[in-house]
Amino acid sequence: MLTKRVIPCLDVKDGRVVKGVNFVGLRDAGDPIELARAYDEQKADEVIFLDITATSDDRATTVELASHASAELHLPYCVGGGFRSVADIRKMIAAGADKVSVNSAAVANPQLITDAARAFGTQAILVAIDAKSVPGNPNKWEVYVAGGRKNTGIDAIEWAREAARRGAGEILLTSMDRDGSRDGFDCALTRAVARAVDIPVIASGGVGKLEHFAEGIIEGEADAVLAASVFHFGELTVRQVKESMRAAGIPVRL
Amino acid sequence: MKIALVDYHKGNLLSVERGLAGVGAEVIVTDDAAVAAAAEAIVLPGVGAFADAAAALDELGLRESILAAVEAGAPFLGICLGMHLMFAEGVEHAPVGGPNPRGLGLIAGCVEALPKTDGAGRAYKVPHVGWNSVEFGEPNALFDGIAPAEFFYFTHSFAAPASVATIAETTHSVTFPCAVQVPGRPVYGVQFHPEKSSDAGARLLANFVAIAQQARR
Repeated sequence: MLTKRVIPCLDVKDGRVVKGVNFVGLRDAGDPIELARAYDEQKADEVIFLDITATSDDRATTVELASHASAELHLPYCVGGGFRSVADIRKMIAAGADKVSVNSAAVANPQLITDAARAFGTQAILVAIDAKSVPGNPNKWEVYVAGGRKNTGIDAIEWAREAARRGAGEILLTSMDRDGSRDGFDCALTRAVARAVDIPVIASGGVGKLEHFAEGIIEGEADAVLAASVFHFGELTVRQVKESMRAAGIPVRL
Repeated sequence: MKIALVDYHKGNLLSVERGLAGVGAEVIVTDDAAVAAAAEAIVLPGVGAFADAAAALDELGLRESILAAVEAGAPFLGICLGMHLMFAEGVEHAPVGGPNPRGLGLIAGCVEALPKTDGAGRAYKVPHVGWNSVEFGEPNALFDGIAPAEFFYFTHSFAAPASVATIAETTHSVTFPCAVQVPGRPVYGVQFHPEKSSDAGARLLANFVAIAQQARR
């Protein structure tokens, strides 16, 4: 039976992990590969490196990171952030990334999803959606771009459907309302998207405690759950998370 | 053990190359039909879609050279799409109304889309992405030292048909062959990605290298 995945996400700038890491037992907590390797040992199912480098000129360091990761890691990994063209994506895939995630550029130019899926296969293309609820309408969410700063007015569920139709292999769905809140995933949003598309959905944004992971799978109907700071600060290990998911009746790889 | 890792120009081979090197193989990445034919063993990795990959094998003259090498006894491992290409034909990116593109034909049958519902009508997500358990019946040298129901990493939307070549199965919407062996020959294919499957994956690659060394002795 296919297990539900637990995915640590690492924000990377100029080749270094940012957003604070306080992970016990690492020589260099800023080294994304070393952190990813620690998660590999804890049986993380994959990792996502999110490149938050401001300019495309600096992105060469992230291509190097992808190449280094393919030598050091024996689990799948995705690199996200800043891709504007198939050529950008090709560089990252050629460096060894198994998957890339596209966000703002895909909203600006949905054809990018179609072209990238054709070039590299649907399994290589994640579409990341940052969604925020519409005040006064509990069942409506809109797509934000530019790192969550700009509201496009696009309906998040419609956009997820279009992304899937164009060949996205997975949806990485982040709740802007919950991100950083530690209140748990937005299960209503996650469930609405998971039911709207026939590709896997990764829930992201809001994890603060152990039970939240199982909630994302059971109530949110997600295929995978993503978190960052609870792992980086050593509050929870991937193993603890998986054990709690298993106790809730969810199939996991332990 | 020199292994030709066949490059048909559709994507990155780094992970497979490093996975094989990590278990002691000497890897030659090649798109040269003569080099592939002369190799001690061949690994056909999995990138892109069936129709494109099959066309690339033809353009590069690799189809004939791989078949000749396998015929002459070269051990072979197809990974993901590389396993699909071992079959006679596949529907992925097939021309509308035209014939299905041909695979290597080492095993009879057609590689089809993985169904999105099971027999009871329950919905399943496709691509089938993530770690799933691999069930093998009879012991096989490829799975030596690997526990029954061990997890391997999958990512695919198409699946091979059941046949006499099936040596292990996995279940998503349906139960499908996740490892095959041409009966009696050191010619294998796996649907999952051993190079991405942690310790169990490394063990499987090491097993293949050991099988290949034995076959070449």
